[in-house]
Amino acid sequence: MSTVAAHAHEEDHGHHHKETFMTKYIFSQDHKMIAKQYLITGLFMGIIGIAMSLLFRIQLAWPEQSFTIFEVLLGKWAPDGVMDPNVYLALVTIHGTIMVFFVLTAGLSGTFSNLLIPLQIGARDMASGLLNMISFWLFFLSSAIMVASLFVEAGPAAAGWTIYPPLSALPQAQPGSGLGMTLWLVSMAIFIASSLLGSLNYIVTVLNLRTKGMTMSRLPLTIWAFFVTAIIGVVSFPVLLSAALLLIMDRSFGTSFFLSDIFIQGEVLHYQGGSPVLYEHLFWFLGHPEVYIVLLPALGITSEIIATNARKPIFGYRAMVASILAIAFLSTIVWGHHMFISGMNPFLGSVFTFTTLLIAIPSAVKAFNYITTLWKGNLQLNPAMLFSIGLVSTFISGGLTGIILGDSTLDINVHDTYFVVAHFHLVMGISALYGLFAGVYHWFPKMFGKMMNKNLGYVHFWVTAVCAYGVFFPMHFIGMAGLPRRYYTNTAFPYFDDIADINVVISIFAFTAGAAQLVFLYNFINSIFYGKKAEENPWKSNTLEWTTPVEHMHGNWPGEIPHVHRWAYDYSKPGQEEDWVSQIVPLKEGEEELQH
Amino acid sequence: MTTLLILTVLVLIGISIWQISKMFELSQTDRNTTEIADDRDNNTQGKLMFAFLVFIYLLTLYSFYAWGDVLLPESASEHGTDYDNLLWISFALIFFVQTITQALLHYFAYKYRGEKGKKALFYADNDRLEAIWTIIPVITLAGLILYGLYTWTNIMQVEENDEALVVELYAQQFNWKARYAGNDGVLGDANVRFLQDFDGKNLVGIDATDPNGLDDVVVQELHLPVGREVIFKMRSQDVLHSAYMPHFRAQMNCVPGMITEFAFKPTVTTEEMRQNPDMVAKVKKINKIRSENSKELVANGEEALEPYIFDYVLLCNKICGASHYNMQMKIVVETPEEYNQWMAEQQTFAQVIQ
Repeated sequence: MSTVAAHAHEEDHGHHHKETFMTKYIFSQDHKMIAKQYLITGLFMGIIGIAMSLLFRIQLAWPEQSFTIFEVLLGKWAPDGVMDPNVYLALVTIHGTIMVFFVLTAGLSGTFSNLLIPLQIGARDMASGLLNMISFWLFFLSSAIMVASLFVEAGPAAAGWTIYPPLSALPQAQPGSGLGMTLWLVSMAIFIASSLLGSLNYIVTVLNLRTKGMTMSRLPLTIWAFFVTAIIGVVSFPVLLSAALLLIMDRSFGTSFFLSDIFIQGEVLHYQGGSPVLYEHLFWFLGHPEVYIVLLPALGITSEIIATNARKPIFGYRAMVASILAIAFLSTIVWGHHMFISGMNPFLGSVFTFTTLLIAIPSAVKAFNYITTLWKGNLQLNPAMLFSIGLVSTFISGGLTGIILGDSTLDINVHDTYFVVAHFHLVMGISALYGLFAGVYHWFPKMFGKMMNKNLGYVHFWVTAVCAYGVFFPMHFIGMAGLPRRYYTNTAFPYFDDIADINVVISIFAFTAGAAQLVFLYNFINSIFYGKKAEENPWKSNTLEWTTPVEHMHGNWPGEIPHVHRWAYDYSKPGQEEDWVSQIVPLKEGEEELQH
Repeated sequence: MTTLLILTVLVLIGISIWQISKMFELSQTDRNTTEIADDRDNNTQGKLMFAFLVFIYLLTLYSFYAWGDVLLPESASEHGTDYDNLLWISFALIFFVQTITQALLHYFAYKYRGEKGKKALFYADNDRLEAIWTIIPVITLAGLILYGLYTWTNIMQVEENDEALVVELYAQQFNWKARYAGNDGVLGDANVRFLQDFDGKNLVGIDATDPNGLDDVVVQELHLPVGREVIFKMRSQDVLHSAYMPHFRAQMNCVPGMITEFAFKPTVTTEEMRQNPDMVAKVKKINKIRSENSKELVANGEEALEPYIFDYVLLCNKICGASHYNMQMKIVVETPEEYNQWMAEQQTFAQVIQ
């Protein structure tokens, strides 16, 4: 007994110092606390992002009508309660920015990479706790700046989340391109720094701190997904930083990287020789991998949850890892499919069509493997499992229309219409949100030591699932009708009068979906305080995080870090009594480790 | 109408609150304070999964039934026919895969819902199966890619020729102008630096020292002769815009500082499109909606909406500022005779600046 304690102490050096409130809850270097900080900040940003979408859904359903809620929330930007067109564009812009970066990148990947990487690979903490802490606080700072930009005199950035110049570069072009845009750029630059610090930490931790026996081929798929996501982030985020810096120079120091031959507000500007197309290349060099930065962690989370709750090994582990790698590689060479009609050489369009449609192959493999994992399982339909199955459903529905958008020819007529809005919301927005929810329901016991309420979880899932299709399925139709996105109202075109009804239907589904998220919030907060106390391994799961005590402690395991003897997916293995075998259980005599 | 909808929303929200509060009551029992599903939950949730499959199918069918008529009518340009073929082939494939995969996913979720004491099948791998579902997408996509690229090259290859009509589309916040090359068939040089010349009469910045520009014609309504190829040269004077002509399956961005191109041959005149049965039905439906809305307006002492007559439109499809939603130009496709007559009535640049 004493030797164990001594040994633990030796490995645990420095972890027994007394903690103050500040070091424990605010400037914590513990990955579990940082994960919670990411989650709560992400959820807070999510509330803002979703609330904004509900505001512009009111405008889209009942255009140019007066609403008290606009007067209350938007003040002078909604004279007589009618939303101003610039405000509409600002809402769309900030909704996109917040959801993509602050909720689905930082909130999803930041939370679960931090929580699970050390716990699932058997490490005491991240490679650098200090960098990890700095990463979170940079994220917090960038969130604060983004929120602050909502309150500047001329309004926040309003050039769309892609902030294409010259619209974003010239304050004369729209009010949002003044101070609001400057804050947007500063916030994003800090966000990128945060993301890079986080990603480097994840990569180093996965490569160096795996416990004995945790070979790469025994890593849970969650870790594979987080690891590869971090690599994509390190490769592509710096390019967005360079685009943002060049744009800042064009805006503030008179350079002409993206601007040329401009006449605006009765004045010829001095810019010569720059090209907005260059900005588009730089932006989408991050922008497209960003889709997978958002999606891969969600797919990793659901791989783990589906296997655990199906009580079956994930089907085709090697193929799942290979498809993550293939998607990651391809994601960096497809950015041009956002630019088929940008004016770039049509031959480039051909190349990007080719690489883009190739992504369908690893994606199809993933979808089929998920379905096969369900086959002949013993499905435990917990809320986390429902969200995981829901993810596969929206991933298929949304992914398939990618075949149309990825084809340069077909993109000509659906580019920037509501068809695109429907596609990417289903395949990356809703899918990644489902991944986030699934993760929260599944690892809530690990994060907070309490169980959430399942009935509220079921209500949350079913209302959300029905509404997600209710919102985005009809959008395909209005896109195929030729309706452009980012239109403040469609009343300027009588030709679109017959889709006004569809917009009302969509908005009603959207409000209902928004209400369902309140059920989640209630469940989340209520369960932290009043939830039933969790057991150590409520889901009878194989991975290492469920071998740690419910009460959080520095260093994660009280004694020695357990060694790993098998892969993470020995569920319902023949010859075993239980339908699960933890990774720390040594192979029995004569038992073969599956050479998956 | 609007009041009715708001009432519906309120009723729905009321019902949800009532249901949720009921949920809270139920959730107080011991069985429900945890998150772990038991046999009863698995049974209910499994069945709901199956019901959800039915929901997806019904939603799809209902959408086509209720909203199938909002889709764009048949293409009014030559390449548009190829475009539509490729589109519907892709859609057929998508619906086929969607129907089958969603069925498998949700049916398995229902069929294999958990039961205490049951054991799942330990089935970790099958190389042959995985090879099959890798190779099938490879072959299908190879076909789609080849067909797509063939069409793309055909559409995007713009070759200058004497037959074609050259038209410049000029974008600015928040309107469109079109410039015709005139008798010489060559557009004069232009730059935003010239916009302020001639007291602002030089609407698209034509270089007055270039003789090619003197016979150019600048208009605010786009007229195209049917059956003749049109080569569009796009310019923008301020921010990015996108010239989107959905009925012709045509779109290209307008980029400040560069000239972009797109070409197509219109095949259906405005008059013919108005006679198209689908279009007749659509316009009728739109006018019914408009007269409904007018009743409300008139009741409030405002003017009634004008009845709608179909016209092709050019829309801006790249976010460009406050009035992005109303940046449009009417397109008229007419017989060559009508077109020539219209063109003869227009003033050339030389006449405008005199």
